[in-house]
Amino acid sequence: MGDVSEVKLFGTWSGSPSPTKRVEIALKLKGIPYEFIQEDLGNKSESLLQYNPVHKKVPVLVHNGKPIAESAIILEYIDEHWKYAPKLLPEDPYERAMVRFWANFIDEKLRSRALVMSEGEEKAKLIKEYIENICVLEEGIKRDFSGKSPFLNGESPGYLDLVLGSSACSHRAIEEIVGAKLIMPEIHPLFFAWVTAMKNHPVVKETLPPHEGLLNHVLKYKQRTLELLNTKA
Amino acid sequence: MANEVTLLDFWPSPFGMRARIALSLKGIEYEYKEENLLEKSPLLLKMNPVHKKIPVLIHNGKSICESLIMVQYIDEVWNDKSPLLPKDPYARAVARFWADFVDKKVYVSGKRIRITKGEEQEAAKKEFIESLKLLENELGDMPYFGGEILGYLDVVLVPFYSWFYTYETYGKFKAECPKLVAWAKRCMENESVSKSLPEQERVYGFDLKLKKVYGIE
Repeated sequence: MGDVSEVKLFGTWSGSPSPTKRVEIALKLKGIPYEFIQEDLGNKSESLLQYNPVHKKVPVLVHNGKPIAESAIILEYIDEHWKYAPKLLPEDPYERAMVRFWANFIDEKLRSRALVMSEGEEKAKLIKEYIENICVLEEGIKRDFSGKSPFLNGESPGYLDLVLGSSACSHRAIEEIVGAKLIMPEIHPLFFAWVTAMKNHPVVKETLPPHEGLLNHVLKYKQRTLELLNTKA
Repeated sequence: MANEVTLLDFWPSPFGMRARIALSLKGIEYEYKEENLLEKSPLLLKMNPVHKKIPVLIHNGKSICESLIMVQYIDEVWNDKSPLLPKDPYARAVARFWADFVDKKVYVSGKRIRITKGEEQEAAKKEFIESLKLLENELGDMPYFGGEILGYLDVVLVPFYSWFYTYETYGKFKAECPKLVAWAKRCMENESVSKSLPEQERVYGFDLKLKKVYGIE
């Protein structure tokens, strides 16, 4: 085994606000060179199925031939193996627990897929829930991250910024599709300030897709999903 | 500073059991507070305002919620004894992956077995057994998921042992996963585990009562 670290990242098409983005940004922040392998989720490669036989999902990080799946777990691995700055997680165990807690909350309560696919009454209900959950997050940021600025990790984006960021930064596209504002500076000032900081961070900016590309991608996804449902019916 | 540790819990909760086992393995003294989930205490609502769920660990006035996060916190703070997660980053990632799998697959399908009927229940049973078999595969020939001694994943999964009798009444699964049953019994030889888990029959009684309350036949 050579000294050279071989890192491969199996992920989705670069135009989507997916968990793959979280890992890409982390690798770039740490200056870790990697090979990106684009997966077509409608036609998964043999390699992906071999590296993630349990869930068959992306992203999967393969480091010197050893696979790690689940984006949040990959982020912790990256921080623990490449221990140098910028650190993605705080050192203090209580602060780490806070960061992991809010990452769970985001993955559980701020999923945009159902929202994007919904219509009518269901949509109105999901919009209301989504905004309420952003309010809970706003309260959480105020209470648990008051000392951290401009990012939840401090000076540089970290684990929680990346978990939240991959979807939060695409909020304008989601808002356009559902036809409603979800994040409002008057109601969610801290969250809004944080999103602005994220969007302006050079690494985040270069990795996340531009608004138009993103909007088109989400619209195409919605159309494809509806077509699939209609052909099944 | 004195270490003040309180655990807000509910006796049949596998998530609460994880915390009890971890605290016991580390030799931590704590106050156990039983919650009535139909009438949650002001302390619970204050300490877990977001989810209002148990278990909640309160350490020197600060609350830590979510059982997997809690066990990692316990492991990181009381790091002088009984390490739960391994030192190697890759081994840690693997342990975390399977812990996540337990929550997403074993717990979810197990719950569906108890609250659904017919085709949905059959699908849940299939998923439940398949998930346990994958875990058996991961265990391989090791005595514990942690290797020679109990580790993180053992703590995460073994609480389901107290629910084995209950699950068996819905469909035979122990015959499908004999290695896992043997593993669970091995874990139960450790006092930290046996002291933290309720009797299987008592859990079964709880499940019956719960079904009556929710009108499930």
